[in-house]
Amino acid sequence: MKARVLGRHVKDSFKSLKRNGWMTVAAVSAVTVTLLLVGIFMALLVNVNRVSTQVENDVRVRVYIDRNTSKTQQAKLKDELTDLKDVKKVTFRAKKQELDSIVSSYGSQWKMFSGDQNPLNDVFLVDTASPQATIKVAKAAGKLDNVSEASYGGNTAKKLFRTVDLIQKWGLGFTILLLFVAVFLINNTIRITILSRADEIGVMRLVGATNSYIRWPFLLEGAWTGLLGSVIPMLVVDFGYTFLYPRMDLSASGYSLYPAMPFLLWLDLAMAGTGIVIGALGSVVSMRRFLKI
Amino acid sequence: MIQIDKVMKRYDNGVIAIKDLSLKVAPGEFVYVIGPSGAGKSTFIKMLYHELTPTSGTMKVNEFDFAKMANKDVPLLRRQLGVVFQDFKLLPRLTVFENVAYAMEVIETPTADIKPRVLEVLKMVGLEQKMRRFPSELSGGEQQRVAIARAIVNKPGVVIADEPTGNLDPDTSNGIMDILEKVNQQGTTVIMATHNRELVDERPHRLLEIAGGRLVRDEEGGMYGNES
Repeated sequence: MKARVLGRHVKDSFKSLKRNGWMTVAAVSAVTVTLLLVGIFMALLVNVNRVSTQVENDVRVRVYIDRNTSKTQQAKLKDELTDLKDVKKVTFRAKKQELDSIVSSYGSQWKMFSGDQNPLNDVFLVDTASPQATIKVAKAAGKLDNVSEASYGGNTAKKLFRTVDLIQKWGLGFTILLLFVAVFLINNTIRITILSRADEIGVMRLVGATNSYIRWPFLLEGAWTGLLGSVIPMLVVDFGYTFLYPRMDLSASGYSLYPAMPFLLWLDLAMAGTGIVIGALGSVVSMRRFLKI
Repeated sequence: MIQIDKVMKRYDNGVIAIKDLSLKVAPGEFVYVIGPSGAGKSTFIKMLYHELTPTSGTMKVNEFDFAKMANKDVPLLRRQLGVVFQDFKLLPRLTVFENVAYAMEVIETPTADIKPRVLEVLKMVGLEQKMRRFPSELSGGEQQRVAIARAIVNKPGVVIADEPTGNLDPDTSNGIMDILEKVNQQGTTVIMATHNRELVDERPHRLLEIAGGRLVRDEEGGMYGNES
């Protein structure tokens, strides 16, 4: 298409937005409401995913070493653990470090178990390649020599994996459902604005406009409608997230939400993009039946 | 050049609106199409600009053979035709100037060429002073003149007018006829469906009479009064 013609389409699409008045307001409002829901849910879901992944990755196999194991046997055990399938990293923690963790978490009264009184074992912390491999690695590690016990959190880990999996699946399903609702709602509103202009499309065809020529101003108008409709949701989500982010500090538990920047930038782009695509597609789909020759 | 041979049009509900219609219209002719309501005049007119297609028979308008024509060629055919309706069919959101310019814009005329040509045709129909008005601010006769200006702005070979004076008083109708005859004198073929007995009788041209879907009269300079 020639730049001159595209310029004309852009100009016409702006004029149409202005001249359609309340119809434009109705279409933009429909986009605003749905994108607001989509935006809030996207911010929520993406962060739930992030924390879930952090929690998942935090699950490690703890391999308790027999008390009477020599340094050489420990080194051999470390090699054996490293050689297990799906093992990413093996870290040694002496029983003193284990006790220090308990003291710092539960209080100084646990110091009474310091030195020779320490009932804890030395431990190998085993990181696995994927959270799902934890159970298998724990079972394999439990069978090795000089291992007193290999634990992965047992039922707690299993439950956690199931819950995270459910959140991810349902969250994705709900987002897709929400997007469908958005497409439906926006489509309907745009269809009403186009129905009111069926005569206009008829005249365009009559004077020899090609279907693509007729489609362009409507497509652009739909895109502007989507873009305008995404402004308020972007502002609400941006301000809301910036307000809530410092108040939802999870760092004490070792987890974190996405920092406002660049997360909000991507989220804004996603919302504006969704608005533009849904608006433009809605227009084109709605006017299809007017273009049959 | 319009060439129609044994054309039949049957609607989906089984009604046959046009039967065995054959005729030729040479370039530069002025042709009235008359007949009672429901005779098939509008079907005939709509087939000329390919809003409807014949069920059988052949139909050629300029180089376009409707039987062989692809859908993508329909806009190209329409660019060679100017169509005027009883209800004007102007775009209410556009000004007089924009309505006329629109027909040039859709065929991608360079911007610099649009303004002088639109002003020229608006002057011809006597509306250059009202070019910034919207259709709702004009009388019926003025709106019809805008519609004619839009129909002729691209210098089409054929102007098709479907009851262009149907909604207008006799004086205004005469004004519209003056313009259509002026367009015809400049070499454009004009095909006009009408019920207006006085106009046909006062301004004789070739007359086609359709009744019951058939062409029952084809007479040069025929009078409405001689209706079959």
